[in-house]
Amino acid sequence: MAVQKDKAAIREMIARRAEQEIESGYYVNLGIGMPTMVANYIHPEKEVVLQSENGLLGIGRSPYEHEVDPDLINAGKETVTASVGAAYCDSSESFAMIRGEHLDLAILGGMEVAENGDLANWMIPGKMIKGMGGAMDIVHGSKKVVIIMDHVNKHGDPKILKECKLPLTGKGVVDRIITDRAVMDVTDEGLKLVEIAEGWTVDEIKTQTEAELIISDELLKMPSSK
Amino acid sequence: MKQIYSSFHEAVKDIKDHSTIMVGGFGLVGIPENLILALVESNVKHLTVISNNCGVDDWGLGLLLKNKQIDKMIGSYVGENKEFERQVLAGELEVELTPQGTLAEKIRAGGAGIPAFYTPAGVGTPIAEGKEVRTFNGKEYLLQEGLTADFSLVRAFRGDRHGNLVYNKTARNFNPMMAAAGAVTIAEVEELVEPGELEADAIHTPGIYVQGLIEGQQEKRIERYTVRKEA
Repeated sequence: MAVQKDKAAIREMIARRAEQEIESGYYVNLGIGMPTMVANYIHPEKEVVLQSENGLLGIGRSPYEHEVDPDLINAGKETVTASVGAAYCDSSESFAMIRGEHLDLAILGGMEVAENGDLANWMIPGKMIKGMGGAMDIVHGSKKVVIIMDHVNKHGDPKILKECKLPLTGKGVVDRIITDRAVMDVTDEGLKLVEIAEGWTVDEIKTQTEAELIISDELLKMPSSK
Repeated sequence: MKQIYSSFHEAVKDIKDHSTIMVGGFGLVGIPENLILALVESNVKHLTVISNNCGVDDWGLGLLLKNKQIDKMIGSYVGENKEFERQVLAGELEVELTPQGTLAEKIRAGGAGIPAFYTPAGVGTPIAEGKEVRTFNGKEYLLQEGLTADFSLVRAFRGDRHGNLVYNKTARNFNPMMAAAGAVTIAEVEELVEPGELEADAIHTPGIYVQGLIEGQQEKRIERYTVRKEA
């Protein structure tokens, strides 16, 4: 078993690995929660435009206290700044950008992902439903959809399944899954293990993944957090 | 020239029980704060409210909710409001959750005279139940219908006496589409100016969509105050 890292270190490791999905020149939508953290690790030499579905193309850094503008927030309702060269738009235009497949990449959180790329990340039956927000639109719009999440749930049960048990956010929409233990691609042949984190064996990952895994011939080591 | 109201009470006086109203804003940003407060005071009941969110417990649409004025809510995310949860579980409030981009487009379509459109969002999910699915170029889409309202309450940065509106930053959000989709649209503006003062090329909502305006001062509450430390 791998050494148990603390939660913050695991989140940072996943966020840093997710950053590697971003290429210079990309337009990217980052979901609420852990995906938002990815912005902190974007390499300064990459030119990236972050889209916020509430109508901002070009999210900047967090404001200093004296810069806070109550009219300027991200989709997580946090106060932000706009980057140099940013553009504002209304919500229908913002989702036209998304639905029209103008975004290169979306990085979102997940509760369950199935081997065919089905994603569930918005509701748990029996619990109060808060709403899907923009997730159902975003999963169909981006050229590439990457899900970042823990490999197993807090009970240690797999979150990467043959079929999602929870109601779906989107059908066959996921391209890549990045977890604290592995990176997997949804391919026509099935779910392919392409990277594995230090301290885990392929057999361990197989046990922790309900979906059938194809092991890549060029299996890589996942970069560790530091 | 448009109706310029002298009080928020007067601005909402035609909104009666059982009206369908659209209310602009994303979270608490860009909401018509004073028009909502006036609606609470008017005590109209059995409203159907179309808005992306439903405010928080003590501000925005949360105030209408607390006062039990809403029968049905159409939105995309309502997770910031405990009273909302209580009323839904108690069967006092009907809720129709719609993906955010679909909601925006339903409102845009409604205001643009388009009765329905196909969108991929929601295919294969609970949202698709009872909806027509059609395949175009090998991809599945859901049929979604446009939305209109008896009244739209929007918030703009500046507006002129012709009803032309300009919004500020991310306070634009759902406001422009709602302005077009309301049979009667009332705009709460931070500053009311004379025609000609707004750059014609920079107007976000042309005045044809707006029936009445009122100037007001907003609190602009912040839901998630996020700052970096000064160096």
